[in-house]
Amino acid sequence: MTIRFNDETFRDDYTFHNSPEAIRRFPFPFDQDSYMYSVNLEPHAGGRAGSPFQNRFDVDEHYVAEMKDREITLAEDPLRCQSLPHMELAGWDFLELVMVSKSEDYPELFTLNRDGDRWHWINRPLGIEQRFTFLDPTTLPCGPMEYITRQTQGDHALLDQRDGNLWMDAGMVTSQADWSLDFDIGMNFYEWHAPVPKAHEMGVFQRALKFLLNLQQGAPVRRLNWTMTVNPRLDTSPENYHKWGPEKRTITPENVGAKQHLRVELQTLWRLPRSNAIAFPIRCYLMSLEDIVTQPKWGRRLHRVLRDLPDELAEYKGFAVNRPVIVDYLARFDDGADTSPGIFPD
Amino acid sequence: MPRTEFSPSIASRPTYAPLRPHGAAPALMLADAEGAEALLELAAADPAVMDRAHLIYIPAGAAHGPRLRDLGAKMYHEAPSFSAALERYRKALLDAKMGTQLYLAGTEGLIGQGLAEALAAGLPADAIQSEHRGSIARRMQCVHCKGITENVTTDPFTCSHCGLTLFVRDHFSRRLGAFQGVCVDAETPGIVPEMKEIKA
Repeated sequence: MTIRFNDETFRDDYTFHNSPEAIRRFPFPFDQDSYMYSVNLEPHAGGRAGSPFQNRFDVDEHYVAEMKDREITLAEDPLRCQSLPHMELAGWDFLELVMVSKSEDYPELFTLNRDGDRWHWINRPLGIEQRFTFLDPTTLPCGPMEYITRQTQGDHALLDQRDGNLWMDAGMVTSQADWSLDFDIGMNFYEWHAPVPKAHEMGVFQRALKFLLNLQQGAPVRRLNWTMTVNPRLDTSPENYHKWGPEKRTITPENVGAKQHLRVELQTLWRLPRSNAIAFPIRCYLMSLEDIVTQPKWGRRLHRVLRDLPDELAEYKGFAVNRPVIVDYLARFDDGADTSPGIFPD
Repeated sequence: MPRTEFSPSIASRPTYAPLRPHGAAPALMLADAEGAEALLELAAADPAVMDRAHLIYIPAGAAHGPRLRDLGAKMYHEAPSFSAALERYRKALLDAKMGTQLYLAGTEGLIGQGLAEALAAGLPADAIQSEHRGSIARRMQCVHCKGITENVTTDPFTCSHCGLTLFVRDHFSRRLGAFQGVCVDAETPGIVPEMKEIKA
C-alpha cells in the first residue's frame, strides 16, 4: 500500500481536501438515522480492510500536513503539550506502543530496530531517523510523549489510574473540539467531562469509567464522537476561540457545502504495561458536507440526524447558529428512502 | 455571615461542606475575611482542634482577628494578603507531618489558591476541608492569555491582563485554583451581553 501525502493547510488559506479514496474510508459516525449519547465502546481489534479501523494507529493522506500544523500550533503555544512529572513512564509506554504498532502495520513507512534498550527508529514520511536508549530521556530531543505525538496524528491524553478514577495528567492537544488541556490537566474523569450536557444524568460517564478502570492490556477499545466545524481547522481550541470564532458566522446557503465540515473523532483507549496508565488517542477526521453527500446514504442520514438533534446538543456542539442553513442544504440530498444499517456507505 | 449555599452546578464546580474538627491532630488553617467565623465555629465544636494548629488569617478589612488570636492556636499569624502569606503557607505545607489536617475557610479565591498549593505540595485530598464564607467573587483564568483576574463579581467581565471580555464558566481547575473565563464576543466581536452580578 502506498499513500500519497497531501500538500495542504488547516488554517489561513485552508487547502485541506479529501481524495475520493479518503471520502470512501471516512469514519462516518452514525449507524442509524438519529443520535443520542451512549458509551458505544467496541473492541479496537481491526476492522474492514482500508477503513480507519483496520490498523492500530491509522495513517492517511493527511499525515504529513497534520504534523506540520501541530508544529505551528506548538510553536505558538507550548502549553498544548504538558506532562505532570509522574507521567514520564506512561510516555515511554506510549512511545513503545506507537513505534511497535506503526512499524508492524506500515513497514514501508516506519521501521523500528531494537537491540535490548538500544532502539533505532525510522519515520520515512517525516524524514526522521533517531537512535536512542529506551527509558533514558536524555537520548531524545524532548520527552517521550512529546516525541512520539509529534509523529502521530490525533490528540493524545495519558490518563493515570488511582483512587478509583482516571486523571488526565499528560497530553498533546492541538486538534481539539474546543477544550483546553492547560485548564483540564490534573482533572479526574468526571471533572473534565463536567461541561457535557445530559450525559451525566444518563449515567454515561459512570458506566464508561467503570468499564475503563478494568481495561486490560492487549484489549484496546474504540468509539466515535463527532461535532461540526466551519472550515477544515484542526486547532479549534478555546485558547484561540477569539481568532477562529468569527469564521463560524461566515456560513451562507451558497458556501455551506464547501465550508461546513463534519468533524469525527476516532477515540481509542489502551492500557499501558509499565505505568498502568491509559493512553487515549483522539484522532480527528474532517469532511465537507459536499463530500459527504457524494455517498447518498450519508447525505440522507446526516440530514435526519442533524434535523432531529435536541437543541441542547446542537448548542453544546457549537453549531446551533448554523443548523438551519446546514439542514436546508442537506434536505436537498434526502429523498426519504430507507438507509441501510451500519456506518459504511452503500 | 452564614455558610454560603451554592446552587447545583456541573461536576467540576467545587462544593463546600461545614468544617468538621479532627480533634488534636496537627492542623494547618488558612482563612480570609468572613472565613474566620467558620474557624470560630470549628473551635467551639472542639477546642482541642487548636492544640497543634498553625493558623494563618488574612483579615481583608474584617475585624475578626482578635477573636481568632484568642482561640489559642499553637501558631497564629495575620497576613495582609494571600501573596504576603504565600511563602509562610508553602513552608507550613512542606513541614506538614503525616496526618496533618488542612482547613480552608473564606472566599473562593482563597480556597482555590490554598487548595492548589496544597495539592501541588502533595497533601492528600482527603486531608483537606474547605468551607465558603463571605464574598462569592470568583478567581478567573482567562483561557486566552492565561492571566488570572481576582475577585470577579460580574458576568461578563474584562480580563485584567489582555482586556478581552470574558464570560464566567462554572468549569473549575483545582490545579490552578480558578474558574475558566472565555471570550464572550468571539463570534460577533463587539456584541456583548448585558453585565450581571454573578450568583451563588
